[in-house]
Amino acid sequence: MAKQKRVIIAEQEFSWKKFFLKWEWFLVLIFIGVNILNFYVSPLDKTTGLPIYMSLSGLFNATLSFLEKAFIALPMAYILVLGDIDISVGSIVALSAVVMAESYNKLGLPMGACVIIALLVGTLCGFINGFILTKFTELAPMIVTLGTQILFRGIATIILKDQASQGLTNVNWFSQLYWGKLGPVPYIFIIFIICAFIFGFVLHKTTFGRRLYAIGSNRVAAEYAGIQVQKIRCIVFTITGTFSAVTAIFLASCMGSARPNIASGYELDAISMVVLGGISTAGGKGNFVGAIIAIFIIGFLRYGLGLVNVSSQVMLVIIGTLLICAVMLPNLNLKGLLKKKTA
Amino acid sequence: MSEYVLELKGITKIFPGVKALDNVHFQLKPGEIHALMGENGAGKSTFIKVITGVHKAEEGEMYLDGNLVHFKGPKDAQAAGIAAIYQHVTSYPQLSVTENIFMGHEKVKKGRIQWKEMNQEADELLKQLNADFKSTDEMGTLSVAQQQMVEIAKALSMNARIIIMDEPTASLTKRESEELYRITEKLRDDGASIIFISHRFEDMYRLATKVTVFRDSKYIGSYDVDGITNDDLITAMVGREINDLFPKPEVKIGEEVLRVENLSRTGYFKDVSFAVKKGEILGLTGLVGAGRTEVVQTIFGIEAYDSGRIYMNGKQVNIKKPLDAMNLGIGLLPEDRQLQGLILDWGIGRNITLPVIGDLGNKLLTNEKKERARAKELAERVDTKAVTLFDKASSLSGGNQQKVVVAKLLASDLKVIILDEPTKGVDVGAKAAIYEIMGELAKQGYAIIMISSEMPEILGMSDRIVVMCDGRVTGELMRGEATQEGILEKAMAKTQKTTEAVE
Amino acid sequence: MEKKGFDIKKLTSSREASLAVVLLVLCAFIAFRNATFVTPKNLNNMFVNYAIYMILALGMMCVLVIGEIDISIGSTIAFSGMSAALILRDHQGTPTLVAFLIAIAVGTLCGIVIGIVIARGKVISIIATLGFMNILRGLTYLLAKNQWVAAYQVTEGFKSFATGKYLTFGLINNLIFVAIICYIIFFYFLKYTRTGRKIYAVGSNAEAAQVSGINIDKVRVMVYGIMGMLCGLSGALWVSLYASAQGDMASGIEMDIIAACVIGGVSLTGGRGSVVGVLLGALTIAVLGNGLPLIGVSQFWLDAIKGLIIIVAVILNVVLQRSMDKNNLKRREI
Repeated sequence: MAKQKRVIIAEQEFSWKKFFLKWEWFLVLIFIGVNILNFYVSPLDKTTGLPIYMSLSGLFNATLSFLEKAFIALPMAYILVLGDIDISVGSIVALSAVVMAESYNKLGLPMGACVIIALLVGTLCGFINGFILTKFTELAPMIVTLGTQILFRGIATIILKDQASQGLTNVNWFSQLYWGKLGPVPYIFIIFIICAFIFGFVLHKTTFGRRLYAIGSNRVAAEYAGIQVQKIRCIVFTITGTFSAVTAIFLASCMGSARPNIASGYELDAISMVVLGGISTAGGKGNFVGAIIAIFIIGFLRYGLGLVNVSSQVMLVIIGTLLICAVMLPNLNLKGLLKKKTA
Repeated sequence: MSEYVLELKGITKIFPGVKALDNVHFQLKPGEIHALMGENGAGKSTFIKVITGVHKAEEGEMYLDGNLVHFKGPKDAQAAGIAAIYQHVTSYPQLSVTENIFMGHEKVKKGRIQWKEMNQEADELLKQLNADFKSTDEMGTLSVAQQQMVEIAKALSMNARIIIMDEPTASLTKRESEELYRITEKLRDDGASIIFISHRFEDMYRLATKVTVFRDSKYIGSYDVDGITNDDLITAMVGREINDLFPKPEVKIGEEVLRVENLSRTGYFKDVSFAVKKGEILGLTGLVGAGRTEVVQTIFGIEAYDSGRIYMNGKQVNIKKPLDAMNLGIGLLPEDRQLQGLILDWGIGRNITLPVIGDLGNKLLTNEKKERARAKELAERVDTKAVTLFDKASSLSGGNQQKVVVAKLLASDLKVIILDEPTKGVDVGAKAAIYEIMGELAKQGYAIIMISSEMPEILGMSDRIVVMCDGRVTGELMRGEATQEGILEKAMAKTQKTTEAVE
Repeated sequence: MEKKGFDIKKLTSSREASLAVVLLVLCAFIAFRNATFVTPKNLNNMFVNYAIYMILALGMMCVLVIGEIDISIGSTIAFSGMSAALILRDHQGTPTLVAFLIAIAVGTLCGIVIGIVIARGKVISIIATLGFMNILRGLTYLLAKNQWVAAYQVTEGFKSFATGKYLTFGLINNLIFVAIICYIIFFYFLKYTRTGRKIYAVGSNAEAAQVSGINIDKVRVMVYGIMGMLCGLSGALWVSLYASAQGDMASGIEMDIIAACVIGGVSLTGGRGSVVGVLLGALTIAVLGNGLPLIGVSQFWLDAIKGLIIIVAVILNVVLQRSMDKNNLKRREI
């Protein structure tokens, strides 16, 4: 239209400075730091004289300690990108695990069917969250998932009282889900990497992912752009339920049993991982790579501190501090940079 | 003592990237009603916030009774006897009327808030204003006009010497406006000095003795109201003759594209019917709050309608969500571009292609290359002042942001384009550009519905004008037969009738 | 118009009235099924056991009214309670009052730090309090060197506070008396002081509050300080009530407290909440916790019922609001 006087550049200028100023590089540095620390504190292997931590199997064993909860962190990243929050995931894990174990023990169903039942229960729980939130958009996700958090775990408690449903170790393949390995690589690690890749790809390369960011950045504008905001939110909450069930399956496989009080606090772990990864709870910001690195940072940090018998209590303090600093740092940093520019 | 109760000299206020005020002057005499005029975005609101201490000016001085003052915050201004009634009502919806009136200057005895006394005084103030609600009502349940009354009562309760009213009549009926004039004059007679901001010439002639004009963040001049004409003022405000602003091309109008029949939504509008043809620009006007925005939001599927029918090319259609409307070829440029139109944190490229990402890739995957090509083409087509596609939308001026939203509309394959206040808060240069784009679009055969409160724009750009008042269509005028007076009469049709009936 | 204002007011005030009715029906039902519920002994037990919940709900209400949230309260209680308990253990001569003051001081300090991180550090409250929940819980364990303070290590005077009635000279239990005092103070504070009203102003419209000269950051820090103070008080009460201090004490209590507030009609988006409502909400939680086991509902059902009640309560709220809005629209003349 009109004079065509202005030309707008459509190629992004590559700047090394910008590239290295990314949050992910900061995370990589922390990650390296954590690993160096672990390396030094790791006890020595008697036969080789090298730190246990150095060996491949040592590293992979380290991942076993946290990967099962990392499965919740994947969809939790989506939830936070949307600007929502879900604190019911820990309870969904408990409920799915309990229903699965009871289907096996009480109903005598084959384990395969029980696993599918667990996935269905998780998905249903997630859908209930999504359904309530999208039908009653006035409600804050915090309060609804607080309600379902108490409700879902409550149902698990009704089913099992204060008992444990045991005997899942009898099914070999089910135990292998968590404990099995392909060479030095645990199955759970392979499955996690595949899932993480899919989640990252969907978030960054598909229209669905772009729409997630749009909704998180400005929900109203997204609606005006023809995006079906509520439908997408419902889908994401449902997926979160499904993946909570995945965590339940691995957790049950690990412990060989299920109890109503398992996985309490998992929601906070998952949120911590994602937030440390640079995905803001305000929505619309962050990068999946960061979230994945952060999962491994927190995981390895826990493992390493465990190696030197640093109590889990100190870990609470460290992880809490890390979380707050991670969120506060960009705020402070930005201010400093701006001041320099104007000066 | 100085001749002026309030004097501002050489005020400059800079926001990141924009000069909101550029060396502005202002003088207010005691007991004067001083009108402040200028187009949207001329800097009036910012200026007021400087006076009330909300913003701090980078340069310039402010004198109160001849004494240099520095307000550190709104509290200082309040203490100095300055009260403002803001354009966007700044109320506490969950709290009572009394509390809204006395917030910040509650009556306290020995640390205890005196509710009884405050309620009484609030009721007295409301009585003075002929208000039809009580001090204990919850603010959020009142209408906009009623909330404005509360704001005025608030200023009264503070015994302010300088009262600033920012477009107080914008959403009032004629009768309510008369009431406001009466109150304002009473305030003046009681010794207050008043700064009155309004778009309505009527307000200025009726009330003010002096008028100061701002344009594009600059001070243009101060004039006596006696002896100034509309034309002089418009020239001062716009900076050029109004005629050459509207490059309305002659377009051959084709067959009907969109038609709504008896569209109703409880509480917002009723029995709204109109149609728009290919190549036609349909102006939809009326006072703020007449239900225009609600009608087009309903057509676009943001809100549901309770009864009525919508036809597209003669076929009845069912629009339940914005996606339905877009698939039918209806696009909406929303009223609030920052909230509804743009993702401010995103680059302009991604903003432009957001509605069509599914069409550019293969439904599932995004295709960045195609996206950039499309965004570049569209951004250049509307002549956006940006360097790259990755410039954040928030970094652009209002006018250029609006161009980006227009480009976003054009990305989709549309037949009907609805523009809700397309030039609101846009500077004059960008305004002209947007009019030009509108003309071009009409030529290309789009059917255009333009909502606007600005009379010259409606008269200058529309082929046909539909006027709404209190949720109903009260008139339809052709280009040529429409006049400012004719439209205003229809825009106030209903309220005037009730006024006459009462009087 | 007159009528409209009247209707609305009636409805909003009746929200508390209707909650009171529901609560009474619930009580009547439980009492009908098991008369021991209404015995003075049981009622006394219930109030003693839930006094801490009622006190905490007041602070949480303030936090919710300004539109924030605090999930760190369990940890703050533990940290301040443990501080007091350790002092009592290591300095056997410590007067009860001093122990209380120490707990309150520690709690207030924690609250203020949290408030500063939120207001100045611009960290969203859920994340900030999530972080402090971990930090303070960890510090509690570290402070106690992973031990717990057992009953015999706490001074007799301190333990007897929770069982004694000496504050009212034998009239009612001290714990209940403290809760009543808190409710009176907060009722006065929130209704009759300017500082109290500022909390509502910030929650209702922060931007407008700033324009009318309220320092929002200050109010935020203050509210978290208040929450911390009540946590400190509760920490001391907790130690006195259970005559011991453990590292994991009061964990998860935040959910019950938030639930009490939500049932009591406090809005999570800010601006709305009343002392009376919160009292009723906390009482509901107390009656459910104490009464349901009495009528044969197994304790294992308790959580599910609580969760369901929260969800139903918030949804009901929305449905009511919607129908109210719809009626208002219908009344609007076109």
